[in-house]
Amino acid sequence: MTIRFRLNGEPIEAEGVDPHVPLLHFLRDRGLTGTKEGCAEGECGACAVVVVRRGPDGKTRFSPINSCLVLTPAVHGQELWTVEGLADAPDALHPVQAAMVEKGGSQCGYCTPGFVMSLFAEYYRPGRAPGEVDPEAISGNLCRCTGYRPIRDVLVELGAPRKDRHAERLGAPAPAPEPAAHEAGGVAFRRPTTLAALFEALAELPEAKLVAGGTDVVVEINQRDARFDALIALDAVEELRFHEETDDAITLGAGVPLAEVEEALHGRVPVLDELWPLFSSRLIRNRATLGGNLVNASPIGDSPPALLSLDAEVVLVSAKGERSLPLADFFTGYRQTALAPGEILKAVRIPKPLPSIGRFYKVSKRVLDDISTVAAGFGLWLADGVVTKARLGYGGVAATPVRATAAEQALEGKPWNAATVAQALPLLEGAFTPLTDHRGSAAYRRAMVPKLLEKLLADTTTPAEAAE
Amino acid sequence: MTRSSRPMIPPKKKHVGRAISHESAREHVTGGALYTDDITPRMANVLHAWPVQAMEAHARVRSVDASAALEMPGVATVLTGEDVPGVGDVGAARQDEPLFPDEVVFHGQPVAWVLAESEPEARRAAAAVKVELEPLEAILTVEDAIAKESFHTKELRIVRLEEEHGAIEDALKASPRRLRGEVHVGGQEHFYLESQAALVYLDESGQVMVHSSTQHPTETQLIVARVLGLDSHAVTCQSLRMGGAFGGKEVQANAWASVAALGAWKTGRPVRVRLDRQRDMTLTGKRHPFLGRFEVGFDDEGHLLALDVELFSDGGWSLDLSKPVLFRAMFHVDNGYLLRNARVRGRVCKTHKVSQTAFRGFGGPQGMVVIEDALDRIARATGLPPEVVRARNLYREGDVAHYGQPIKDAGRLGEIWETLAESSELARRREEIAAFNAAHPHTKRGLAITPVKFGISFTTAFFNQAGALVLLYADGSVQLNHGGTEMGQGLHTKMLQVAADALGVDLETIRMMPTRTDKVPNTSATAASSGSDLNGQAVRDACMAIRERLMVVAGTLFGCAPEDIVFEDGEVFPAGRRDEAKSFGAIAKQAYLQRVPLFAAGYYRTPNIHYDEDAGVGKPFHYYAYGAAVTEVEVDGFTGQYGFRRVDILHDCGDSLSPLVDLGQVEGGFVQGLGWLTREELVWDPESGRLATNGASTYKLPSLGECPADFRVALLPKAREEGVIHGSKAVGEPPFMLALSAREALRDAVAAFADAPPLVELACPSTPEAVFWAVEAVKASAQDAAAAEE
Ligand SMILES: Cc1cc2nc3c(=O)[nH]c(=O)nc-3n(C[C@H](O)[C@H](O)[C@H](O)COP(=O)(O)OP(=O)(O)OC[C@H]3O[C@@H](n4cnc5c(N)ncnc54)[C@H](O)[C@@H]3O)c2cc1C
Ligand code: FES
Ligand code: FES
Repeated sequence: MTIRFRLNGEPIEAEGVDPHVPLLHFLRDRGLTGTKEGCAEGECGACAVVVVRRGPDGKTRFSPINSCLVLTPAVHGQELWTVEGLADAPDALHPVQAAMVEKGGSQCGYCTPGFVMSLFAEYYRPGRAPGEVDPEAISGNLCRCTGYRPIRDVLVELGAPRKDRHAERLGAPAPAPEPAAHEAGGVAFRRPTTLAALFEALAELPEAKLVAGGTDVVVEINQRDARFDALIALDAVEELRFHEETDDAITLGAGVPLAEVEEALHGRVPVLDELWPLFSSRLIRNRATLGGNLVNASPIGDSPPALLSLDAEVVLVSAKGERSLPLADFFTGYRQTALAPGEILKAVRIPKPLPSIGRFYKVSKRVLDDISTVAAGFGLWLADGVVTKARLGYGGVAATPVRATAAEQALEGKPWNAATVAQALPLLEGAFTPLTDHRGSAAYRRAMVPKLLEKLLADTTTPAEAAE
Repeated sequence: MTRSSRPMIPPKKKHVGRAISHESAREHVTGGALYTDDITPRMANVLHAWPVQAMEAHARVRSVDASAALEMPGVATVLTGEDVPGVGDVGAARQDEPLFPDEVVFHGQPVAWVLAESEPEARRAAAAVKVELEPLEAILTVEDAIAKESFHTKELRIVRLEEEHGAIEDALKASPRRLRGEVHVGGQEHFYLESQAALVYLDESGQVMVHSSTQHPTETQLIVARVLGLDSHAVTCQSLRMGGAFGGKEVQANAWASVAALGAWKTGRPVRVRLDRQRDMTLTGKRHPFLGRFEVGFDDEGHLLALDVELFSDGGWSLDLSKPVLFRAMFHVDNGYLLRNARVRGRVCKTHKVSQTAFRGFGGPQGMVVIEDALDRIARATGLPPEVVRARNLYREGDVAHYGQPIKDAGRLGEIWETLAESSELARRREEIAAFNAAHPHTKRGLAITPVKFGISFTTAFFNQAGALVLLYADGSVQLNHGGTEMGQGLHTKMLQVAADALGVDLETIRMMPTRTDKVPNTSATAASSGSDLNGQAVRDACMAIRERLMVVAGTLFGCAPEDIVFEDGEVFPAGRRDEAKSFGAIAKQAYLQRVPLFAAGYYRTPNIHYDEDAGVGKPFHYYAYGAAVTEVEVDGFTGQYGFRRVDILHDCGDSLSPLVDLGQVEGGFVQGLGWLTREELVWDPESGRLATNGASTYKLPSLGECPADFRVALLPKAREEGVIHGSKAVGEPPFMLALSAREALRDAVAAFADAPPLVELACPSTPEAVFWAVEAVKASAQDAAAAEE
């Protein structure tokens, strides 16, 4: 199959592209070297490009993503912009480019195209109030030279978007996800748009690797040269891309990019509002999915502790039908899940009522865009100041994300105060046997388990309340 | 070096000192700026290289079997030692870096290179090369190296004593109080955003054309020539621009260029070597980790009376630049403080790790961490505020450094200190913070002010020279070549400003040419912050030579004395007769017709620089750059996590050549230093010696979140430095060390978790975990003290 997409307004056709090739290399090999490689693992943002996408509000938007983590055939049917395509003429600059020049936003210039793409997307973000500053807009871009101040100033002074061809583009619908079936170099690639087609593809290619946002899978490909005989993209499957709220529950499709979940749920689930800004970067969240984060089953994934604290369930589906199970039972071992062959994660169900107190804590070296040393999600359901139900989810302290069930029980039925916490603390000390690695020592991780509960108490009560 | 110049009306400063954007900024933002590896897709027939890595820290290579790899799709050849026509060694300081080693000396070291039609093919084939290794015992820590006496150098030492003391021990004994300390200072990955890259081909004349992301094209040229067994004239090296370097491409670009050159030599095709991030981090050297052990003598007022310090750097497997780095650490162990009596000893340890190398500050920062640590200990021990102890020990006018060089303009340090204390409202904020801390049991704020004094010049005297080549075309347009390389520091911008003023033309009249060894030979690395000092003088020298010749031509034309000719805004006219002005181009044309040579070479060498290694005395620096910073932090006692609330900086870059560029250097340097001291932690697996933090996901450089929420940077006004280009001072490295204030502020916050603890030990880098343990330690010692009292 020919891969077709629009790039900077022009149609592109490509044959024979090995599906493993990341979009970044595809672009650079074609001479579009403005897009840079700084890490090939989604961390630096030097490779940022913009896709034209339909947002959760139904409106067309520019969504910046890491081109190093997108498989080339996955852009089939899409519309992309790179740094070379922003200005209206060869001697002209786009306003964000001009601002970067004027403010001294580039030194070596290597990170600059990526920042420009992130700023470009932010400039046109629907609903952005002029003067509104969202540091998240550039949280996925690293610069080793400037110290960020001038770039932050560009962000701060973005101003109202001008009415130009890019603004005009946002007035028209984004391209609909297109199915794709592509073979090259002995590797099959499928991009179904329905569950039925997905199961057909799975029947045809039972060993295929599933790729949702690709932010874990493509890192494996780039960093460890992982190779697959077949790849099936989930990012266009309609039935995985939904969210709904009823009186009983909030249900999130496994294939919705996290940035969209974040936007759609904004203000409704406090623990998740706390989670997202600490979860990777906007660039990553524009692609990464909940499904990927849960199925990856990393002990240091961030959504599991948060979802454990919400007492969430997962919905699994195969050609034979659906089943649900508590999230805590989904993780069966180090990077292992309860998924049966041929089964995929369809959705995550968050039951109501939501906890009265919900907090997410992430301990990491760097505040923005770092992987957790330890993470904790805490959910407390209170009635008259008494804990009726407690869910304490931890990551980074065991082979899987875990609940601290003994401590949960010690809290339940008691008032939420210092005396109760004091009883629970011994049950947390030594509850888990974490490992030492480059992110932190076992001793530090062990210490964090009770400390974070103490922090919860301090953050949710006044000293007087805590003492009651 | 100024040539015998005729009297003239001095050029006006029109461009120098103006805040202008980086000369390539438009290309940066449009993606039009090309870097070495961007040339690859623009060239046909390129072969891609991938290293065959040995996964042991120390081992004998029994065999390398590439037969299976050679059969794989796309593979052109596998490079081994047998392919080397010249010397198979890329060591710059000493020939101790074999390209194809028999003995592996760090984890991941390449033993062969695969060349293939595509990078994925080369990579896959490299994995298929069978390397048989016989593991040997590895030395992975400084302590182990000391125990096993594994060193690259003999002991270096600097001793300075007041007359009444015969030895440092006497000075220590004579001090009312003494204490000992030890501090481990972590290394730092450069993480230039553009990883190492080289592209080499044989050009139409049979010359070896090397495109390299190198700070030191001359050395790259030299080493490529040595590997190929050629004279220097057979190799040209071009460094177009670098996507950051920070010292990491000063000597460490040579190996990759040599591999590419060898490949091109063997196959006759263009060969590209670019290290992906993981390879770059695994194969290239970093800032040296240091171990400092010290004893200080002081009095109750916090005066530093004697310092005995031993510095051990972890040099890794080869010598590289470790010796001058250690020297600079030893020179800067005073930071901005007078060392009345000092014995400074240093040794470079040899370990089985990557070869540590230059990195912004070049050892200076590591030396300074040690003295700042010592001063904080003195402050805690005497119960004085750290800023008081620091201020009392600052250098004053007339003081002399421990290596015998008078500290020129030492008074600026106190001036900067006081101005900054005032403008940052240090005293008021101290009170505010005390009130905040009293009200918050679990969150504490901390504040600290630290100085920077940094010596400018290469400490190896002969590097302090530079050349330029200016070509004026008969239409009045100019090509500017100089020996410095552009890595983002704005050197080219400054050179354009210098040249434009010297010729009295617009910036657009001058085209900055890529740095190439066939334009200016025998250049020094662009390093030691000296880029604009050295090249600026050379550029000016060349431009002035042309200007003088044009003066004569114009004088004849206008019928006036040559020395009355004015060059301004692209016009040439006799003083006071601007209405008769002719364009610069017209004069150039006239000069050409009169057979006046329109090109000139410029040259400069820094005067009076010397250092006697054995005696430990001399004048290694042309001058000093000064600055100070105040940082405020907030620490969460539950986790040790922290944030930077506010930073105030006052920095001396002389009369700034280019204020926007210099501001960028100060801010960027500070944040990079902040990263080194706080977030950036290199972890080597203690068993295998493998670098565990070998990518951006495991090694965390500062992101936007580390940029201080409130960041106030000022350049010291009216700070002209005589004898330096346009009165400016070097600015590349010095601001890096302003970040010491951040670590000391963290320590201040840690101290607030107990009541005036007598000691606050804080690991370096001060990661959240390190801060957490420091908090736990002060809390525990406070409890112990309370228990003892009961
Ligand atoms: C720079 C960077 C920063 C990151 N930061 C964080 C962070 O802060 N916190 C954190 O938790 N994670 C982080 N991650 C990890 C990653 O982004 C998340 O795990 C992400 O949620 C994965 O989603 P994805 O859709 O991209 O997964 P993919 O890479 O597409 O897939 C991951 C795995 O899940 C499988 N899979 C995906 N969807 C399904 C499904 N519906 N059914 C069955 N199997 C499926 C795939 O086959 C694959 O094995 C980061 C990653 C990067 C690159
Ligand atoms: S290359 Fe660094 S994020 Fe893609
Ligand atoms: S300008 Fe060099 S990395 Fe940002």
